[in-house]
Amino acid sequence: MSNQEKEPVFSAKNLKLLSEPLGRNNPITVQVLGICSALAVTVKLKPAIVMALSVMIVTGFSNLVIASLRKFIPDRIRIIVQLVVIATMVILVDQFLKAYVFDVSKQLSVFVGLIITNCIIMGRLEAFAMANKPWPSFLDGIGNGAGYGMILVIVAFFRELLGSGTLFGYPVLEKLGIYKTGYENNGMAILPPMALIIVGLIIWVQRSRDKSLIGK
Amino acid sequence: MENLLNIFVKSIFVENMIFAFFLGMCSYLAVSKSVKTAMGLGIAVIFVLVITVPLNFLVEKYLLKKGALIWLGESFADVDLSFLTFMIFIAFIAAMTQLVEMVVEKFSPALYNSLGIFLPLIAVNCAILGASLFMQEREYENVLEAGIFGLGSGIGWLLAIVGIAAIREKLKYSNVPDPLKGLGITFILTGLMAIAFMGFMGISL
Repeated sequence: MSNQEKEPVFSAKNLKLLSEPLGRNNPITVQVLGICSALAVTVKLKPAIVMALSVMIVTGFSNLVIASLRKFIPDRIRIIVQLVVIATMVILVDQFLKAYVFDVSKQLSVFVGLIITNCIIMGRLEAFAMANKPWPSFLDGIGNGAGYGMILVIVAFFRELLGSGTLFGYPVLEKLGIYKTGYENNGMAILPPMALIIVGLIIWVQRSRDKSLIGK
Repeated sequence: MENLLNIFVKSIFVENMIFAFFLGMCSYLAVSKSVKTAMGLGIAVIFVLVITVPLNFLVEKYLLKKGALIWLGESFADVDLSFLTFMIFIAFIAAMTQLVEMVVEKFSPALYNSLGIFLPLIAVNCAILGASLFMQEREYENVLEAGIFGLGSGIGWLLAIVGIAAIREKLKYSNVPDPLKGLGITFILTGLMAIAFMGFMGISL
C-alpha cells in the first residue's frame, strides 16, 4: 500500500488504466456494458459527442467519490449508495446541459437520465472503485468513459455520413460532388437498426484483428 | 377505451423498448442464451414495469411537478421539485424491486425460485427507468394510461428477448465466422429483427 503512494502521477500502470478500455478492454465491444443508452443518440455526431463527454464525466467523478468513500460504505447498502452518487452526478450534468446546450439536451431527451442505469458506471464502481485508491479509480473511470465514447463517435460518424451526407451538419458529400455521380443518402442509416449492425461490424473487425478476444 | 388500446399496441410493437430505443440491452444480451431464463427475466420485467410506471406517475403528479405540492397548502403552489426526478425515480424503482422480491418470496415461493436471481438485477435495467422517463416525457393523462404503457412495454421487451433467445439456441448449430461468433452476430441479428419490427411503424388504432 505505502509504496504505491510514491508512484508518479502518470506511471505506466496508471496510463494503462486509461488506454486499455480504448482497445483490448473496451466497455462496449468486449465487456458488453452500457449499450442501453448508447445507440439511440448516434444519429448525428454532435449529440453523440455531448453524450460521450457526459458519460466520461459521470464515470470519472462517481468513481472518484466512491473510491474516496469506499472504507466508510457498509457492504450491504453499497448499491443504493452508489446509485445516489451516480444520480447526483447525472443531475449536475443534466442541469448543465439544459443551461448551456439546450438544443442538444432536447435531442438527448431521456437518455441523459438513463446514464444512471448505464451498466458501465455501476460495473466500474463494483469492479474497480470499491477496491482501489481514488486517483487510479478516477483514471479508470475516465478511460472507460472514453472507450465508450469512442464507439459512440465511430457509430455516429458512419450514420451521419451515410444517412444525411453531413458531418457536424456540414454537407461534406455535397461539397465533394459525390451526389453528381448518382449517389443518394442511405435512409436506413438514420434508422435504429443500423446502429446495431454497425456495432456488430466493429466487433467483427476488432476480433479478427485480435484473435485472443474470440469466444468471449 | 380506444386510446388505451392504442397506447398498448404502440408500446408493444411500434415503440418497442429494445428495437426502437435499445433499452435494457445489457441484460438482453447477457441473459438471452436460453429461452427458459429469457422467459423468466421477461416476466420479472413486466411485473416490475406494471408496478413502477403508475407509481412513478403518481409521484410525478403529487410530488415533483411544478405546483404538485399544492395539496400541502397554498404556500407550496410554486414549489418545483422536478430537478429531483432522476433521484426519486431510481430510489422508488430500487425500493419497489426490493419490495416485489419480498412479496413474491412470501406468497409464491415457486415463482420466486424461477425469478429469484433476476429480480434484484432489474433495479438497474435501463428499460425500467426508461419507461418511467418516457412516461414523464409523453405526459400521459391518468394512472390507467401509465399502467397500460408499462404493461405494453414489458410485453414488448419479453417478446424481444424470447425471440432472440430462440434464435441463439438454433444458432449453435450454424457455421458463423469465428470473430463474429457470440456478441457480434447477436448485434447483427438484433438489427435485422429491429428492421422487421419497423414494419409496424405508423400503426395507430
